[in-house]
Amino acid sequence: MMMKAYIEALAYDLPEKVLTNAELAKEFPEWTEEKIMKKLGIAERHVVAEQETASDLAVNAAEKLFAEYDIQRQSVDFLIFCTQSPDYFLPTTACLIQQRLGLANHIGAVDVNLGCSGWIFGLSFAKGLVLSGMAKRVLLLTAETYSKYLHPRDKGNRTIFGDGAAATLVSHNGFAEIGEFSFGTDGNGAENLIVKTGASRQKTPLDDLQFDNFGNPKSSDYLYMNGTEILNYTLDRIPGLIEEVLQKNGCGMDDIDLHVYHQANKYIANLQRVKMKIAPEKYYCCFERMGNTVSSTIPIALKEALNEGAIQQGYKVLSVAQGLGYSWGGVMFRF
Amino acid sequence: MTLDQFVQIFAEQFDETPVDQFTPSTDYKELDEWGSLTALSVITMVDAEMEKRITGSNLLACTTIEDLYNFIQKL
Repeated sequence: MMMKAYIEALAYDLPEKVLTNAELAKEFPEWTEEKIMKKLGIAERHVVAEQETASDLAVNAAEKLFAEYDIQRQSVDFLIFCTQSPDYFLPTTACLIQQRLGLANHIGAVDVNLGCSGWIFGLSFAKGLVLSGMAKRVLLLTAETYSKYLHPRDKGNRTIFGDGAAATLVSHNGFAEIGEFSFGTDGNGAENLIVKTGASRQKTPLDDLQFDNFGNPKSSDYLYMNGTEILNYTLDRIPGLIEEVLQKNGCGMDDIDLHVYHQANKYIANLQRVKMKIAPEKYYCCFERMGNTVSSTIPIALKEALNEGAIQQGYKVLSVAQGLGYSWGGVMFRF
Repeated sequence: MTLDQFVQIFAEQFDETPVDQFTPSTDYKELDEWGSLTALSVITMVDAEMEKRITGSNLLACTTIEDLYNFIQKL
């Protein structure tokens, strides 16, 4: 019998501190609470405290997963941690998490550095490990704290992004069979979503803050996103990606019961839904209470959809994500 | 698409600016509501309605709605 890989458990964690639209509107009088909600569909986002890190959120998510599904932590035999906000340049944050979670010593633990496409890629590694027999139970943790990279005057990104983490357990048994993947990469887009300084290429801050034509701060020392270029990238890549994933899974658009894509914001969601001619009831949205949590948006959305009963047994669910790099990927699930 | 039709759907991308403020000679970057989000809406509209791809730089390089219309026609 051909072996299969499944999602066995899903959990997520958000920081305690909440940043509301009212607080943002106070800082940026040209925004109103209603306008943010209407345009972006986000009511609030969670942000970490100064001493709190992505690994803290990831550990919380994993603990929730162990408790909710009654998982013996010693049974986890591989740990993948996806983040762009590691605790240190070195050592590998996954090694620190292994110790904090009390996972076994005879396991592999690696960090993966990807943005919004990170969960899709991490899931593909987990599936590969399980199907090859190299691991039986892979814990995939995704966690991000972009709030640490944002300039205080960056109205747009502070509105869109929220911090958060998700834990996904992959094994031979579970509630969602992981189907075939499709991937894409184009390093030409690197400059359009970037934090330029602080790492090896440019270690010291450049202190070159300026404001672009829309009044948004642009600095090498903070996260910079070229919104219009990212939009065009989405328009360019998502339709082809969806087609590829469907083809690899032997399905057509009509076979999909629910579309659970990367949750960027209402604006991008509507754009994708309309462009792909997806009925609103088949397109799941989950950003109102947490914003764009980068690599954790899809697992959080899947968890919420399951909790709400929006995903039923027998459903085929399509998930795609476009992220910085550029890096994009997709997969289909059978629940 | 005619210039008048373009002006009309350009205006639809704005929520707060009265429709009568949009004419072919409107300098759209001078509108109070102009910003990164309305720029995204215009790019999306051009993609959906005209099947043409414009960039943020193109929007910044043009001045009036008619300039933009003419630019898109040449693509």
